[in-house]
Amino acid sequence: MQIKILGPGCPKCHKTEEVVREAVAEAGVQAEVTKVTNTMEIAAAGVFGTPAVIIDGDVKVVGKVPSKEQVKSWLGK
Amino acid sequence: MSDSCCDGNARKAQAGDCCAPDGNVMLLSCSGGSNVGQLANQACVELTQEGFGKIFCLAGIGGKLSGFVRSAKDVPRMVVLDGCEVGCAKAIFKEAGTLLRGYVVLTDLGISKNKDFARKREDIDQVKAAAKQASQAQV
Repeated sequence: MQIKILGPGCPKCHKTEEVVREAVAEAGVQAEVTKVTNTMEIAAAGVFGTPAVIIDGDVKVVGKVPSKEQVKSWLGK
Repeated sequence: MSDSCCDGNARKAQAGDCCAPDGNVMLLSCSGGSNVGQLANQACVELTQEGFGKIFCLAGIGGKLSGFVRSAKDVPRMVVLDGCEVGCAKAIFKEAGTLLRGYVVLTDLGISKNKDFARKREDIDQVKAAAKQASQAQV
């Protein structure tokens, strides 16, 4: 599973990364978590704002910090 | 994302309000092949330039591209401008399974549809005012 967290470095983006990493660890799933800070790469994802979370190419959330439970549901847990 | 703090506005980032589009109104227009379609587009361009909101790609939602559809679902406020009652933008939202908010049809404002593509200043201003009103209704 490939997870990308889009955000150039604001507090909400950091929080999102923290939540996603915790959810992945607690769910016990194999996932590669990548933080994307390059604005061109973020723009290429077609998102209106950040933070955003992409799992296996599917954008799951835009402009909000997801809850850990939300992330776990995206992980199938 | 050219005018957002995500492009490097460090002051906003430090204040903690960077990135999330809370203060940004998503602006979408049908941009169709008539005067009203192009008026809708011009209104979105000017509202973006004035800092009222940020123009976004309706075509991306129509193509059901994940980032565009999710952005339209998650953004707190949006304005969707259709030039005429054919309602192409509205149909795109329906097809994408996305809730339509801040919806304005320009011909309902009394602007006649034609093919001369003339964009009168007074019409653009009227559309911009209607867009702002539609956005305010979502607060």
